[in-house]
Amino acid sequence: MAVTLSVNGQSHTVESELDTPLLYVLRDDLGLNGAKYGCGLGQCGSCTVLVDGAPVFSCVTPILLLEGREITTVEGLGTVDEPGPMQRAFIEEQAAQCGYCIPGMMMRAQALLERNPSAGDAEIRAALEPNLCRCGTHMRILKAVRRAGQLMQSAAAPGASEGAAS
Amino acid sequence: MTALRLFLALLLVLVVGCIGFVAYGWRSEIDPVARPGQPDPALVQRGAQLAAIGNCNVCHTAPGGEPFAGGLALPTPFGTIYSTNITPDRETGIGTWSAEAFIRSMREGVDREGNHLYPAFPYDHFTLVTDEDNRALHAYLMTREPVRYVPPPNELPFPLDNRLLVAGWKLLFFDEADHQPDSGQDEAWNRGRYLAEGLGHCGACHTPRNRLGAEQEDRHFDGAEIEGWHAYAIDQTSAAPIPWNVDSLADYLRRGWHAEHGVARGPMAPVTANLGSVDPADVRAIATYVAATMGDPGPERLARAEQVRDAASGTGRLAQSADSLAVPATAASDDVGAAVYASACAICHESGRPLPFGGLDLHLSTAVNGPNPQNIINVTLFGLPASEGEAAPVMPGFAGTLSQQQLVALMNHLRGSFSEQPAWTDVEERVARTLSGEQPVSIYTSDGMQHAPATGMRTKPWP
Repeated sequence: MAVTLSVNGQSHTVESELDTPLLYVLRDDLGLNGAKYGCGLGQCGSCTVLVDGAPVFSCVTPILLLEGREITTVEGLGTVDEPGPMQRAFIEEQAAQCGYCIPGMMMRAQALLERNPSAGDAEIRAALEPNLCRCGTHMRILKAVRRAGQLMQSAAAPGASEGAAS
Repeated sequence: MTALRLFLALLLVLVVGCIGFVAYGWRSEIDPVARPGQPDPALVQRGAQLAAIGNCNVCHTAPGGEPFAGGLALPTPFGTIYSTNITPDRETGIGTWSAEAFIRSMREGVDREGNHLYPAFPYDHFTLVTDEDNRALHAYLMTREPVRYVPPPNELPFPLDNRLLVAGWKLLFFDEADHQPDSGQDEAWNRGRYLAEGLGHCGACHTPRNRLGAEQEDRHFDGAEIEGWHAYAIDQTSAAPIPWNVDSLADYLRRGWHAEHGVARGPMAPVTANLGSVDPADVRAIATYVAATMGDPGPERLARAEQVRDAASGTGRLAQSADSLAVPATAASDDVGAAVYASACAICHESGRPLPFGGLDLHLSTAVNGPNPQNIINVTLFGLPASEGEAAPVMPGFAGTLSQQQLVALMNHLRGSFSEQPAWTDVEERVARTLSGEQPVSIYTSDGMQHAPATGMRTKPWP
């Protein structure tokens, strides 16, 4: 069945059953390999993407539910040449070890900071609770999210420009 | 002249009445005491178990706060009441309370200084607790870590902010009482009634309240709304598709889930978390009393239960895996609710994998068979958050995924497919109120905590 999905601002028509989890469509049909398959049960968070700005587990979200919704994956936060503030912060803090959980962490953090770029430590910890990291880089992840918040705030500050933020 | 006289006479009556009422409501202060010495460890141990049965930690700990330091906001129809600090801190807690002062608070709802306590503190139940048990509770609390913390002031409108009014409430709705054993019942039933009606205060959530916040005695255990959840009827009108019995209740109360009934959620999650740490004989006594209150199911209900069991066993047609790789065949249907169920829910709920990690077959669900859809809406939206270090049921929430219209359709589909009960009439309204946040919902993990702070009370389940 042909389904039209809006992913990272682009419209895609895919041939797929309606009960296919979004994660499979992202990875297999659209070649967006940022979101990861971890547990397949919506319990680890490595598949987290945004739907209309809210974080969801793409491994348990059938595409049936997503018609007309705006999906954002980690690829939508920036490019290799021009990483977005969340991606830059994770690179600058070297927050990844094995890296498997990181796209999910970034997406859940993105949802939080879009609502509240000045979120404090307690809010960041509470928001990221559903996402697991097995390497133990939690402290660097927290640091990276705080830095991303600062980058977003300074980018949004009056007088800030592309040049000043780089 | 006559009018003036009448006015003066009325004024006199009013003044005398007020003085009389103040005298009636007045309670003396009990002198503060020095820090008690080392209590008997056996007494403290007993107090720990009693505190778990009383669920003290849950109301007296704020999310992320220190155990027993209070500050939890209790929303009531009259305003917000904040739980008090019951750690032994001498300035801000109950460190200066003698055992006698503690006993009076439990039996009469009056603090050490003589102030009437709001009935959010369920002394209408605690009045049944024996002095001996109160001394154990007191010894337990006095050996907790003292925490210097002043909870926020209550947010009650005038004149409810005047505690003397509580004396009037008590006059109407509260009787100091002892537990009177019923010689016609066995020991377990009597022990169960003492615990369930007293310290366990089951009725505080499961009995509906009148306009002035008092439990309606003629609707004992008849089910009520609490913290954005429906506390099910646990009398003869229980909505459980398979009737409860002593064994299943005892098992459920200690584990927090039962394979034929589902998962304790909302404010019931911490209750079962606490009961997991107490003497199984006491939990069984509570189950004995509650099962007796529900009564023997007639042959009709038992026959119906067999049908439900058959229906439930028939849905385990997928492989023994709850993994989303095992996608079931899509139900070809124009019905949005059926399509959502088939694609998002059946993966786990028809996996045939048993609880706690597989999803419950929804034929068995009390939430789907209950009088309103609130609980199944809550669980669908917010899931069953994992608790730390425990083998407990988990479910992802679908709050960010399901649209309002999809959720309404799903609820109606569940009711139509997994229950013989008539359709709910309030699905749209409840879905809208829950999604908008107009109906706040308390979320607890199965270790009993909101946002899981360590409470120091949860211990490993009894072996």
